[in-house]
Amino acid sequence: MFATALIVFRESLEAALFVGIVAAATRQLAGRTRWLGAGVAIGVLGALLLAFMAPRVSGWFDGLGQDIVNIVVLSVALSMLLWHCIWVASHSKDMAMQARSLGTSVQQGQRKPWALLTAVALAVLREGAETVLFVGGALTGAGASTLDVVLSIAVGVGLGVGAGAIIYGGLSRIPTKHVFATTNVLIAILAGSIASQLVKSLIQAGFIERWSSPLWDTSSLLAPDSALGTFLHALMGYDARPSAMQLASYIAVLALIYAGTRLLRRPSRSP
Amino acid sequence: MTGLPKFAAAALAASFLLCAGAYAADPEASLVIKNHRFEPTEVKVPAGQRIKLIVHNQDATPEEFESHSLNREKVVPGGTKASIFIGPLTAGRYTFFGDYNQATAQGAIVAE
Repeated sequence: MFATALIVFRESLEAALFVGIVAAATRQLAGRTRWLGAGVAIGVLGALLLAFMAPRVSGWFDGLGQDIVNIVVLSVALSMLLWHCIWVASHSKDMAMQARSLGTSVQQGQRKPWALLTAVALAVLREGAETVLFVGGALTGAGASTLDVVLSIAVGVGLGVGAGAIIYGGLSRIPTKHVFATTNVLIAILAGSIASQLVKSLIQAGFIERWSSPLWDTSSLLAPDSALGTFLHALMGYDARPSAMQLASYIAVLALIYAGTRLLRRPSRSP
Repeated sequence: MTGLPKFAAAALAASFLLCAGAYAADPEASLVIKNHRFEPTEVKVPAGQRIKLIVHNQDATPEEFESHSLNREKVVPGGTKASIFIGPLTAGRYTFFGDYNQATAQGAIVAE
């Protein structure tokens, strides 16, 4: 019972933190709750579908099907987050000016944050599919009663969503002036974390061999399955034994976002 | 504005191409999951080489092959086979477990 709740919690934590950060980043957007809800709903539907297809997908490409689905999902999610960071950078001047002239709320015209919606849906899909698969197995497996399993799922998902709500609540307390800067940094870190997970999937599927040995081992300092390790993994991609390629991709993505953001801001400074 | 996503896509495509060549014959090792246990519980593999580990889940329920020391995790649905590339490893013992049935599903890779 406890083990089931713990696994469900671990899987839902990452998606919940992601949604919490995105919700805080888009707090002032008109109709935000509706499209964020749509993103989560699409993700849940996708997760059910993917879990249903998992036995077939698993056998694709000589047993690499699941990794390849992960690679595609992570690549699209990463592109969406990069796109979002760049979009924000190229519009930050207008948004700041609007915020000043309107005084209170920022209306970003008719633009819908499609990139973030897609990224949210994919985060829910990826974590959700594993949860659904695991829960399906727990329900059909012998031993636990259905009520026990259902209760464990409720506890696990509840705690995960609670963690997301705490992050959202914390970020919402930041003054409006600084909230964009903070959430942008968090989204950049999420992008770095996704890049590192993408590289890990590529290594696991055998597409990358170079730089695939672990650089260091911090598992004795901070175990990856400890509470803090799990939280830091979900929030910023903590990995106790990262390969050089993972670290390089993490740094490359952060550098790319930093450079891209600076580059796009410069022209609007001297109109 | 499309520059950076395009660059990222190109970099990804390039990394696929670069690595496709290294896909040739890696030594294989097999592992079976039965009654929420790994068989064998200890797998010997050569050190210093990448290994293709084939995990065959013969149970009806899914299992997650997970190893902190190998830095790997992969769900293997019931009745399916999954391939996982591990290493190259330095000589030593690397434990793994089934995340969904940790009480029984335990094992180790021994690289020598």
